Amino acid sequence: MTEIVEQAIGRSRTARRRRKTGGITHIAVFLAPTVLIYSIFSIYPLIESLRLSLFDGQPDGSAVWIGLGNYATLLFDANWAVRFWNALWNNLILFFIHMIVQNPLGLLLAALLSLAPRFGGTYRTLIFVPTLLSVVIVGFVWELILSPLWGVAEGMMSAVGLGWLYAPWLGLEDSALTAVSLISVWQYVGIPMMLIYAALLSIPDELLDAARVDGLSGFAIFWKIKLPLILPTLGIVAILTYIGNFTSAFDLIYSIQGVLGPPDYSTDIMGTLMFRTFFGQQTQIGDIHMGATVASMMFFIILIGVTIYLLGVQRRLTRYEM
Amino acid sequence: MSTVDTTRARRGRMGRLGAAAGVHAVLLAYTIIAIFPVLIVVLNSFKNRRGIFTEPLALPRTETFSVEGYATVLTEGNFLLYYSNSLIVTVVSLFLILLFGAMAAHALSEYRFKLNALLGVYLILGIMVPIRLGTVAILQLMVDLSLVNTLISLILVYTAQGLPIAVFILTEFMRTLSRDIKDCARVDGLSEYRIFFEVVLPLVRPVLATVAVFSMIPIWNDLWFPLILASSDATKTVTLGVQQFIGQYTVNWSAVLASLSIAILPVLVLYAIFSRQLISGITAGAVKG
Repeated sequence: MTEIVEQAIGRSRTARRRRKTGGITHIAVFLAPTVLIYSIFSIYPLIESLRLSLFDGQPDGSAVWIGLGNYATLLFDANWAVRFWNALWNNLILFFIHMIVQNPLGLLLAALLSLAPRFGGTYRTLIFVPTLLSVVIVGFVWELILSPLWGVAEGMMSAVGLGWLYAPWLGLEDSALTAVSLISVWQYVGIPMMLIYAALLSIPDELLDAARVDGLSGFAIFWKIKLPLILPTLGIVAILTYIGNFTSAFDLIYSIQGVLGPPDYSTDIMGTLMFRTFFGQQTQIGDIHMGATVASMMFFIILIGVTIYLLGVQRRLTRYEM
Repeated sequence: MSTVDTTRARRGRMGRLGAAAGVHAVLLAYTIIAIFPVLIVVLNSFKNRRGIFTEPLALPRTETFSVEGYATVLTEGNFLLYYSNSLIVTVVSLFLILLFGAMAAHALSEYRFKLNALLGVYLILGIMVPIRLGTVAILQLMVDLSLVNTLISLILVYTAQGLPIAVFILTEFMRTLSRDIKDCARVDGLSEYRIFFEVVLPLVRPVLATVAVFSMIPIWNDLWFPLILASSDATKTVTLGVQQFIGQYTVNWSAVLASLSIAILPVLVLYAIFSRQLISGITAGAVKG
């Protein structure tokens, strides 16, 4: 993201060099709608959520300032802490599975597509189809396919002699989170594939020709030349995966498993915890202040991830002029 | 000597053929994995109950063909209304994102003023921080504005959500436009507004299309905000409608499969029409990033 900031600064420098065009009313008119809508419905709610997390609701409807009290409750109160750490841990597992399955798979598909095989465009178009579908639809489709009631998955596995491996994965505590993660991988692998594919296409041919003349094999060219050149894109893919983990993952788990993250909270993530805390569920009464606290914790966790990426990962990646 | 050469050449050609076959095998296998679940749902939605359960992998035959699921969905569910809700929300949000986004991008790329860099960074924050984290306050705000259970609430949120990336992409592109045309227009005495609407907008039309397709998917598919801000019967979107319909009809498999297909098919048709645009949009954005 630093390059975005740098670009923004560079942009203002070129802008400054430009001829002044008199008056500023039109500039304000051009900017006002965006700045207003964005500030009111995106930035203000975020700040307001942070503020709400510092208060505690009273039975009479008023709110009392309690500083970081809600955070202490979330992190240390026995009932809350167990849910919080469980949800965070599940989120990290979700992220981990995406990093070791989705992104390498995206890289493999992109690398194969970049060889420009025949029908490459068709493969690319079809592999991207799941990404377009609503998470709700994807969730139900897989729920049906994996369902022991319908038996499609079981029947197909039996047909190739693997029937004994089948289990109702979504319903078992040990496998539910992995199953949900893999469904999500299936849906979203198109995004890293496209981003990496585009990066591979932007590598100049002269560079690859030179390597071929030097006698490098196709595999060596990929490993020693292409991969180092697309590292910045892999970094972007990683941080997008991390952020998506805390946002869009909710929709999938909510549609397949519901808001409690069953069985026994094994698929409970920060998104479902926030939803439950805010709106209440069954025995639990909704609490905006604790809901805001969970949301703010998600904000800080995302911030930590983005900071690590900006300072630790992106700085170290050499950017080649291509 | 020549025989060695031909053997080597043949081996090279065989190797290339083998490699090409390998590439196709992997891509084809994954393509099947990607579309098989979608196909099986759409196929089975055209079968009767017995057909769905006894031969889920077969094509519908005369004995198993049935559209009873679709009949149930069309009579029981209010899908026409859900569709028009989704359509209104998506189209209006897209229009606002494109118009306001282009205006802001034009201001940021065209004029020199004090807050330019700062505003650029401020708007980019929205790309990194998901708007959902502010849900608690968004709901309160909508309650205060009496906008709960209206499509306007969704439109406002989606516009706020889509603007940062739209401004970013459009600013990048507008900086590459030639200044001469705009300066000519100024010499001709066109106002700054007319320069934007009559000179700049037509020039960025292809990028607008890209941003549109790009911003559309998360709006059309969102479940979170319809669930929280507009879950009333009159304001349900397709995504929420399907989700709740399936919740009620879990045992009626034909109806479930039909409602899923009804939600999938328009997206597939649109994709078939716009896939070139969409894919070039994503790859163009990536090259810049």
